[in-house]
Amino acid sequence: MNLKGRRIYKGKVVGEVLLTTHDISFYGGCDPDTGEIVEKGHELEGKSVAGKILVFPTGKGSTVGSYVLYALSKAGKAPLAIINKETDPVVAVGSIISEIPTVDRIDIGKLENGQKVEVDADKGVVSIVE
Amino acid sequence: MGLELTQDEKNMLEGKQGKAARKAMEIITTLGEIYGAERLIPIASVQIAGVSYHNLGEAGLEYLDEMAEDGKVRVLTTLNPAGMDLEEWKKHGISEDFAVNQQRVVDAFAKMGVITTCTCTPYLIGNLPHYGEHISWAESSAVCFANSVIGARTNREGGPSALAAALTGRTAEYGFHLEKNRIAEVKYEVKAELQNTDDFGLLGQVIGERTRKKIPYIVGIKRATSEELKSFCASVATYGGVALFHMEGITPDKTSIPDETEIVTDDDLNNARQKLDDENAEIDFISIGCPHASIKEIAHVAELLQNKKVTEGKTVWITTAKPTKDLAIKMGYYDKIEEAGAFLVSDACCAVAPLKGRFKGLMTDSAKACFYARGKNAFKTEIRTIEQCIREATT
Repeated sequence: MNLKGRRIYKGKVVGEVLLTTHDISFYGGCDPDTGEIVEKGHELEGKSVAGKILVFPTGKGSTVGSYVLYALSKAGKAPLAIINKETDPVVAVGSIISEIPTVDRIDIGKLENGQKVEVDADKGVVSIVE
Repeated sequence: MGLELTQDEKNMLEGKQGKAARKAMEIITTLGEIYGAERLIPIASVQIAGVSYHNLGEAGLEYLDEMAEDGKVRVLTTLNPAGMDLEEWKKHGISEDFAVNQQRVVDAFAKMGVITTCTCTPYLIGNLPHYGEHISWAESSAVCFANSVIGARTNREGGPSALAAALTGRTAEYGFHLEKNRIAEVKYEVKAELQNTDDFGLLGQVIGERTRKKIPYIVGIKRATSEELKSFCASVATYGGVALFHMEGITPDKTSIPDETEIVTDDDLNNARQKLDDENAEIDFISIGCPHASIKEIAHVAELLQNKKVTEGKTVWITTAKPTKDLAIKMGYYDKIEEAGAFLVSDACCAVAPLKGRFKGLMTDSAKACFYARGKNAFKTEIRTIEQCIREATT
């Protein structure tokens, strides 16, 4: 199955879905050294975004969040790709400066945790591999 | 309709003007696409936030160093406050480690041609746009002042997007750059009596919390000083995310007047004051200058402190921009303030300096300062007039 969306930042990767229905604030909500979600009560609290195809509705919180994505990428703990319902400017800028393939306008309800998917951000397409 | 670029803009995006310009243009065009802009527009000036090493951290600094390799700003660009006075940091109790890292941040900006002003009031010290001019500013209080009081046009930029605008001289035309998005949405009739900067901060808190992001049209303010307006801007942006307001008889933008009307009374202001006054606050820190104090405010504080001494165990920071501090030195205000045992601190402020754990309670005339003192530093707070703050410091 293919889901069609919009390119935010280019790149093509295959990886495992880590999905949440909660919005993510990277500043204060995600440990910049480990990639662990630390926001109290967040659906992904205690889980690491490192190396995952991170799927969430949209970003929230401070614009410093863009630099947290950059810190994650420098530490090798960034998500492999980001899929949003609607990408907010904080995540968009973070993806660009950290070069994380990112697409939005995807019906994220069609994705499940643990699925293997291919993100072709250039074309804005997410394909479920298995 | 997609985003159309000029040849010069395409060249930047293709990397023909260097790596930093390319990265910056990627940011500008992507934001333009997300918000459905049809073109980019030239901007007159930039104000960059994300300067304190305390907020930026090592990763942020690394990004700035990378951009500084070949990046140069194309328009007048000024900086938000840093975490310390760039010259007198030692006597304010800032650690050597922090100072070294903070200086690295400022150096990276300087290398790109940014004017290293380090103030949240760029409009007081030479970055002054005119009515209708397109600019790209971060720092929520300055954005609100520029859009509303001056009538310039800017979105609420973040640190990296403001830097991207500086390196390209462009921003995407969306949001507050377009006339149609600057129309008032809710009318606020102010029936309260406002006296000082602290009252205007409380008014900002009341309206900000009620209106969230809806553009207010405020009536009933007979007069307001620039200092009172900067206090209001800081507060309404902090408590509501307001980037633009209209104030009848005071702000210059034209707008239709909304039907939906809210009333603001003295009771509302008193409730707001109660919310910022913590019970049993043990005041050991007094700070004035959020947003950065004007020369008029510094002159007033110097007069209040004349022949007085700051009580032992209390610390007083009057925070301002470096050019204003230089003027205060020339006028003798600096000596009066420092001889009383208070500090005239430039480049920094009580919200972005590494102060956690150093104090228990803050007294200030700024509603915005209360918000950050609580949230970031876990201080208790009390909001008072400048006169009351100085009295608290010296008795």
